[in-house]
Amino acid sequence: MRSLRLKFSYPNCLISFSKRTTGVVAVSLLLLAFAGAAPLPVFAETLEYNRDIRPLLSDNCFSCHGPDANRREADLRLDRAEDAYRSTIVPGDPQSSELIKRIFSEDAEQKMPPPQSHKSLTLAQKKRIQQWIEQGAVYQKHWAYEPPKKSSVPADVHPVDFLVNKSLAEQNIAPAPVADRRILIRRLYFDLLGYPPSPEAVQSFVENDRPDAYSRLVDDLLNNPHYGERMAMGWLDVVRFADTIGYHSDNPRNIWPYRDYVIRSFNENKPFDRFTVEQIAGDLLPDANQETKVASAFNRLLLTTEEGGSQPKDYEQRMLTDRVRAIGTVWLGQTTGCAQCHDHKFDPITMRDFYSLGAFFADIQEPIIGAREPGMMVMSNKEKEELERLTLQLQQLQHDLDGPHPELDEEMRQWEASQLARLKQENTWTVVKPIKASSEKKNINLRTDEAGIVIAKVDAKRQTRSQSDGTDVYVIDLPATSETSTGLRLDALLEGSKGIGLASNGNFVLSEIIAERDNKTIEIEKATSTYEQSNFPASAAIDGISNRRDNGWAVLGGEKATQSLYLQWKQPLEPTSGPWRLKLVFGWGGEHAMARVKILSTSQSGPIESPQSTLASPTLAKALLVPHAERSPEQQKELVSAFKQSTDSLRPLRTKIAETQKAKSDLENSVPKCLVSVSSPSKRTVRILPRGNWMDETGEVVQPAFPSFLPQPPPSENGYTRLDLAKWLVSPENPLTARTVMNRLWKQLFGAGLSKVLDDLGAQGETPPNLALLDQLACEFIESGWDMKHMVRLIVTSETYRRTSNATQEQRDKDPENRHWSRQSAFRVDAELVRDTALSISGLLSGKIGGPSVKPYQPDGYWENLNFPVRRYQPDEGGDQHRRGLYTWWQRSFLHPSLLAFDAPTREECAADRNRSNIPQQALVLLNDPSYVEAARAFAIAAMQSEGKGLEDRLRWAWHKTLQRDPSNDELATLRQAYEDRLQAYQGREDEARSFTSLGQSPVPESIDRIELAAWSHVCRILLNLHETITRP
Amino acid sequence: MLNANNLPTSPRESVSSAMKRRLFLSRMSQGLGGLALANCLSPKLFADSKGVLPQLPYPQKAKRVIWLTMAGGPSQLETFDPKPKLAAMDGQPMPESMTKGQQLAQLQGQALKCFAPQHPFSKFGANGTEICSLFPHIGSVLDDICLIRSMTTEAINHDPAHMFMNTGSQIAGRPSMGAWVTYGLGNESENLPGFVVLTSLGKGGQNQPIAARQWSSGFLPTKFQGVQLRSKGDAVLYLNSPAGMRLEEQSSDIEAINRLNKQYALTVDDPEIATRIAQYEMAFKMQTSIPELMQIDRETPNTLELYGCQPGDGSFASNCLLARRLAERGVRFIQLYHKDWDHHGGVKEGIELKAKEIDRACMALVTDLKQRGMFEDTLIVWAGEFGRTPMSQGGSGRDHHNKAMSVWLAGAGIRGGMVYGSTDELGYAAVEDVANVHDLHATMLYLMGIEHSSFSVKFQGLDAKLTGVEGANVLQKILL
Repeated sequence: MRSLRLKFSYPNCLISFSKRTTGVVAVSLLLLAFAGAAPLPVFAETLEYNRDIRPLLSDNCFSCHGPDANRREADLRLDRAEDAYRSTIVPGDPQSSELIKRIFSEDAEQKMPPPQSHKSLTLAQKKRIQQWIEQGAVYQKHWAYEPPKKSSVPADVHPVDFLVNKSLAEQNIAPAPVADRRILIRRLYFDLLGYPPSPEAVQSFVENDRPDAYSRLVDDLLNNPHYGERMAMGWLDVVRFADTIGYHSDNPRNIWPYRDYVIRSFNENKPFDRFTVEQIAGDLLPDANQETKVASAFNRLLLTTEEGGSQPKDYEQRMLTDRVRAIGTVWLGQTTGCAQCHDHKFDPITMRDFYSLGAFFADIQEPIIGAREPGMMVMSNKEKEELERLTLQLQQLQHDLDGPHPELDEEMRQWEASQLARLKQENTWTVVKPIKASSEKKNINLRTDEAGIVIAKVDAKRQTRSQSDGTDVYVIDLPATSETSTGLRLDALLEGSKGIGLASNGNFVLSEIIAERDNKTIEIEKATSTYEQSNFPASAAIDGISNRRDNGWAVLGGEKATQSLYLQWKQPLEPTSGPWRLKLVFGWGGEHAMARVKILSTSQSGPIESPQSTLASPTLAKALLVPHAERSPEQQKELVSAFKQSTDSLRPLRTKIAETQKAKSDLENSVPKCLVSVSSPSKRTVRILPRGNWMDETGEVVQPAFPSFLPQPPPSENGYTRLDLAKWLVSPENPLTARTVMNRLWKQLFGAGLSKVLDDLGAQGETPPNLALLDQLACEFIESGWDMKHMVRLIVTSETYRRTSNATQEQRDKDPENRHWSRQSAFRVDAELVRDTALSISGLLSGKIGGPSVKPYQPDGYWENLNFPVRRYQPDEGGDQHRRGLYTWWQRSFLHPSLLAFDAPTREECAADRNRSNIPQQALVLLNDPSYVEAARAFAIAAMQSEGKGLEDRLRWAWHKTLQRDPSNDELATLRQAYEDRLQAYQGREDEARSFTSLGQSPVPESIDRIELAAWSHVCRILLNLHETITRP
Repeated sequence: MLNANNLPTSPRESVSSAMKRRLFLSRMSQGLGGLALANCLSPKLFADSKGVLPQLPYPQKAKRVIWLTMAGGPSQLETFDPKPKLAAMDGQPMPESMTKGQQLAQLQGQALKCFAPQHPFSKFGANGTEICSLFPHIGSVLDDICLIRSMTTEAINHDPAHMFMNTGSQIAGRPSMGAWVTYGLGNESENLPGFVVLTSLGKGGQNQPIAARQWSSGFLPTKFQGVQLRSKGDAVLYLNSPAGMRLEEQSSDIEAINRLNKQYALTVDDPEIATRIAQYEMAFKMQTSIPELMQIDRETPNTLELYGCQPGDGSFASNCLLARRLAERGVRFIQLYHKDWDHHGGVKEGIELKAKEIDRACMALVTDLKQRGMFEDTLIVWAGEFGRTPMSQGGSGRDHHNKAMSVWLAGAGIRGGMVYGSTDELGYAAVEDVANVHDLHATMLYLMGIEHSSFSVKFQGLDAKLTGVEGANVLQKILL
């Protein structure tokens, strides 16, 4: 055992270290190490407030004796020197310091912290405070609020290595050696792209003996378009990007173009300051464009509700606090949320700071309660051009129609005469007011107004229903009749609507009209109409055919005027005592249904037929009755316009307009939409809410302002805007942003942050054990022009990054948590990458970048707890089934269970960090989730078709494909055994083999032997489940 | 004090990784093979018999909790809080002195009129406590139940109110109580999760959406999140082997995976491998333990009759029976959701339907636990997320209300047969012994032996507690 261990530890590391590193530091470290010097006694040197004392006081004292004025006890403050010196600390004299008496006291009344606080100081901690007072009780400003300082680094030494080695020398820890090339390329692929390299890529890197082989590899990966996807994942977590609103019904919203923006920005290496400004204030930039507006979707990523009975003030406050927490987490690394109800207990953030930050967002236009708007159209250049063309064309056509048409004067006079004649007939028709009107599929909501008109509205949530094809049936119940009826008229009214149909072009297709009384169909003699589209005659609405899409009465070309359908009963209907019913079937789809319907009945004898002209509206009727000479210009204009909408002479022009309108709306409907920030001149009033209580409106009104403890920008005459906030966050004077971002980047590349609490660089976070390094990176980041690729390159080209993840005994003893970075860390990859890894090894992974969220296989019924409306999950088909994990539909209340099992956050709150758990659900996912079973099968097919000569060659091929290394003899034997056992086990079980190898959409070659495939699928399943497979080394 | 960014998940896991690795490697070298190995190596996944709280300050009267969540917000006025005065004032305006400046949900801006209780109340139990006559079965065990009529909450909309009831905070991202408790006390079951959630649908069509965050582990380690047991499909997500595959093949694959993982462990320094091996073991165990658990058709006809359920019907009653089976197997925290209590309209018919769905099952659970001697160390809680207004909504329903709700507790350490607290004569606000959600949490923790004010984890710089920052009181009067 011991020897095995030695084999994988590195007894020669000190020597190899000296070979690789030059300079004073390395030599002195070497000397120290060989001298066997013990670690320096920790307290022999001067204690530092930030490093040694503040954490103790912050944890134990500040909640009652800190920044929060409302909770402060005994008016005593220990977080500021002047206050502490005035009361309880005598610098240089612990014996006279009340603080020392109190913390050493055994008297429950005197003792600090008091027993009921459940806080306590250890003896060593007490002594440390004592020693600090003895040394003069020197306070320091909290490290994160001081500007970061750059260390002087010798020109020929990598700054990361210089600072890490310096700290290792101080700790007397020898660094681990550089890892081998296979490990390095695997590490880089996982960190920069998010999936393992191909065996060929590994081989070519391993065999590349150019001195710059490594840096060329890094450059290649930074230029690979999948780099942007990998970098986007962490950003999407921290800004809480998701496809749904979060609260209660958790309905979808249009937001995915923002994800594309983030991916694109990382790929284009957009400077981080610009990236920040675009997201917070992309709409306010002088050069605002579609790209920057999509970026401003950041402000819309928060949780919203559609729950009935929600109170606007309540949610106004929730949304404000959500945004302030986001600014704190994403850029400042501050837990601003604490200051919602009281001044922060540990950091100098006041309630005023909190609400003043919130006031920056008071201009954002949005519904506080209810469904989000569809959002801005996000178009390609081609789409923009097409839309422009259609808009112009439509204007031109409309202009042609609106212009004078003297050639039609005579026709217009005849039309007026026929209209007048028809008006006189009108009084033989009486309106029948429905008792009830409803639609069968609920895609369209119906109501009846006081005049008896049935008003239809497309249901906003129809897309989420299973029956969402846009077809529907109106069921209209009519009251008992007191008079004999000889016919019925259906007016599809224009008044109050854009067109008389609900379709995007204003049309409808009435597939069939059915009248029923006493459960019997009333026979109809004939149907005529004021207007019919060619091939869609009125007679088609009574031909008994309701299930053929292109069979019915339609009105394109006449959709801008009221049109009527006249029905003559076969037999006059005698008066009845019971109600009767009309069914209007609209089978075309796409909401080709009537917008407003009036129903009239007549008892006139003789044939019931439509006049050749459309019906005049009440206003038109009034105008018609006025003699020509006495009409007002408006009345004349209306008549002309109504005439133009009905005359056959202009029909081709009208049809052209309708078609263009449809093409335009179809385009507008088909392009992606994205919620964006739109600034409203009428801003919401923001008050300080006492105790965070939104019902208390006594608090002072505040204007946008920056936290008072941080450097301030020059005053602005008209008040600050979001643009000022954004610029302030990335101003070189801001001490927090660059540190926060670099700390998260370090975590991506090392498995833990330089300060391990990623979302809190405040007093309660961790002072970085190597603060100089974090500062160095922050300064470099700012000086490089916020160049993210530069920083990634800088870090990954350091020797510190390239070290092995295997710790020596000494490293484990001296620095068990690796806080001084003497070695790298191996860790299980993030949830999305678990998926990407399996799909990539199996060859299924789609390389498509960007686009709408996708739906991988998900267990049936997983969404059963969603409601309003009930939803059914529909997995994607084709290439979209095998997309990278980051494109998975992010349903906040029920995130895809495979992602959830591997610790993907639900993104209900900003998540700077993820858990990295190891739970049995992960095994169940990798073993049984159809995505992974399918991946194993696809991988198996590839293995069977690989070029290897025999079983062993193919097993080696599969092993290489997965891990890019040779299997050991033992490993190969295990794999071979598994193959042979399963091959045996499936003999005579062809059906079971077939069903096991048929899961998922990817094809299986006809000719393949299913039993062999089953055995191979088992082998590949084993490979995809290995710890090493999902571990970034 | 523990930090959320660096939490030990059990005392044993705080053992240094190096030690674990040494242990692992030395066991390896002794030539142990096969699946049994993993068991010796790392803590059993679910059975950290002890959580992070090694010493409990109070006697642990409740070893486990069964929480019956009535999602939607049951009306206290048609269940457990009789208000004859409200009946007398039916249709009259609510006194403005009561309602002015108070939160309203859907009744915002509407005339507020008294709405009489829609069902009669009858006397039950030794003390003749009045509860709605639709709940005779609960009435029959009322002497085992402590009724709290003075519960209040902060939230008035479903989603935030559920979060508050489950996590003590209206902001997403906090651990739910089940996670806190399993984190603190560990789990007693070796092959079932410590925190299990079951949901059932009501037939009234107002089923509340319930987000998975209601059983999230928040900032605690993911292993403490609630695991949902489903009545359709795989009982636990991805539990069943792929179609066509037999359990033997699943077992052999896991064996091969673990063998290869062990071989890999010899070459690298990664303590997670030992845990990974144990998790594959555990996953396999779950493939057999959970189907066994779900087989309620193995129960006697008498038991099925007692609960009034059919195997596989997915009803609340079935879930109550499953809750008992889970409790028997050592599961620490069992939460049932019945989701159809949001009676903005038709409260009369609505409650009738709910009573049919839950009354008998609640009684059966109490009775069954008693006859198995588990009542004394099982805490049962029945609660919605808020109460409902004494004012009418739309003439037949009631709106959300946070000033008064009725909840009940039974079992471990609870004083049966008592009524705690009361509301004013119209049932609008709790007036006597007013209790809030934090108090309920503090009391539940106390019964499990935990002092709520010191049970905290550092999160975003704060000592985050289930009971919040405002403080909470254990409801001593309701305890034995």
